Amino acid sequence: MNNSSRSGADLVQLKEAVANLPTGNALPILSEVLEALGQLVENGRTTVIDLGAIPFTGGDENLLHEILGTGEVNAVLNAMGESHVQETEIPGVWRVDHYDQTGETQSRFIEIAVIPEILKTQIEDAVRGRELLAERLNDRKGGA
Amino acid sequence: MPSSPLLPKMMKAHGVSRRSFLKYCATLTSVMALPPAMAPKIAHALETAPRPSVIWLSFQECTGCTEAITRSSAPSLEELIFDSISLDYHHTLQAASGDAAEHAREEAMKAHHGKYLVIVDGSIPLDEPGYSAIAGISNLDMLKETAAGAAAIVSIGTCAAYGGLPQANPNPTGAVAVSDIITDKPIINVPGCPPIPLVMTAVLAHYLTFGIPELDELGRPKAFFAESIHDRCYRRPFYDKGLFAESFDDEGARAGWCLYKLGCKGPTTKSVCATVKWNDSTSFPIQAGHGCLGCTEPDFWDNGGFYKPLSAPAGNYRRVGQAAVVAGVAAGAGGAYLAKKNKAKALAEHETVDAFTLEKEEGES
Repeated sequence: MNNSSRSGADLVQLKEAVANLPTGNALPILSEVLEALGQLVENGRTTVIDLGAIPFTGGDENLLHEILGTGEVNAVLNAMGESHVQETEIPGVWRVDHYDQTGETQSRFIEIAVIPEILKTQIEDAVRGRELLAERLNDRKGGA
Repeated sequence: MPSSPLLPKMMKAHGVSRRSFLKYCATLTSVMALPPAMAPKIAHALETAPRPSVIWLSFQECTGCTEAITRSSAPSLEELIFDSISLDYHHTLQAASGDAAEHAREEAMKAHHGKYLVIVDGSIPLDEPGYSAIAGISNLDMLKETAAGAAAIVSIGTCAAYGGLPQANPNPTGAVAVSDIITDKPIINVPGCPPIPLVMTAVLAHYLTFGIPELDELGRPKAFFAESIHDRCYRRPFYDKGLFAESFDDEGARAGWCLYKLGCKGPTTKSVCATVKWNDSTSFPIQAGHGCLGCTEPDFWDNGGFYKPLSAPAGNYRRVGQAAVVAGVAAGAGGAYLAKKNKAKALAEHETVDAFTLEKEEGES
């Protein structure tokens, strides 16, 4: 094989095209989402689907986004790297993507819930918050 | 004392929010193939689990495994989880030395008999006790003595799990793996040279929360060793299309084609290197342009040469796999016999190789 016969641009295109070929996993995942949404509506049960557990390419992501769309809420968390929490156009279906400090993807989930767990203030953090606020008020009183 | 949970205090001291911790636990469920809805349960279990007493034994090793687990970026949660165990003995990390250090090990064994966790890195020499000894105690005696009261053993790194480099041809010390000696305790093998830090801490986290994880036929947690590197390699599409780098500096190598013909052992090596990666998910060997050496597999040093394609004959000492290692199913004394037999055979077959020969072989293949 003559390696040098392919131009750099061709190779980049080929690499991208291969990496983005849909695996066909998006539609079964969406059926699972529909089933889980039924559970949320009828029993209030939350479901989390791990997109890292199955082969899922850029092509699959595109189909998922095409069908789920973009909803009203879009939150960015700063907790040891960013996390993007986005409600889809289907209320009750959320995308939760965790990134590390360098912006690399750590994990990707679809959460079928009224509100994703990670958005709620954790009681342990609220306890720390109470201490912090009390401290700040004390400092202000001391300084006044 | 090792009974009170330390993690919440450490998170507070490092300014790590519980939300960050939840995020870490969500990622942990993903890498450990656990149901993602379990993330809050894992977080709760890790926060409330009593600190287990851990005795870390380092035998014939290079300290690379300890380096890997302690050199993650600060203040990573992996580090916090590692710090939250009660590490009662680790001769590289502990401040005490000599009698005081050995006394700490004896104390921990007495105080937590039947409950402590033993982590081993390094293989055990059987030919001469003097080949590797700590405080005058041979590795073999120390392992047997410490394992007797342990709840479980984690063999960290390929040396402890399968003999590793010290056992490589011609195995001058008669090195064997932990599972060749200890046959009556659950053993979790976490091979790698060194293992990925996240894998080491995730196995610890799993042990703390749910006990011993599900293991494969080589005693490795299935969550991390079920798939080959090849299955998840980003260069896999090139393999499927038959596009291979033929040398390390040709057009194909620059274009990121498959490294199979340059000796990559990805197809026969089970590990999560291609997905979890190294140095905070920055890269892994294949991404850096070098084939996989197969370091999570038994006898990887002797599997036919790092630069020979897998299709080339591999010599006759490739092991099919050690027996299952959990609770008494291990090869036991047979392993030691095998090691000695292999050594004699390896000595007889020993050939010296220089760079010129390697180049010549590469040119011919």
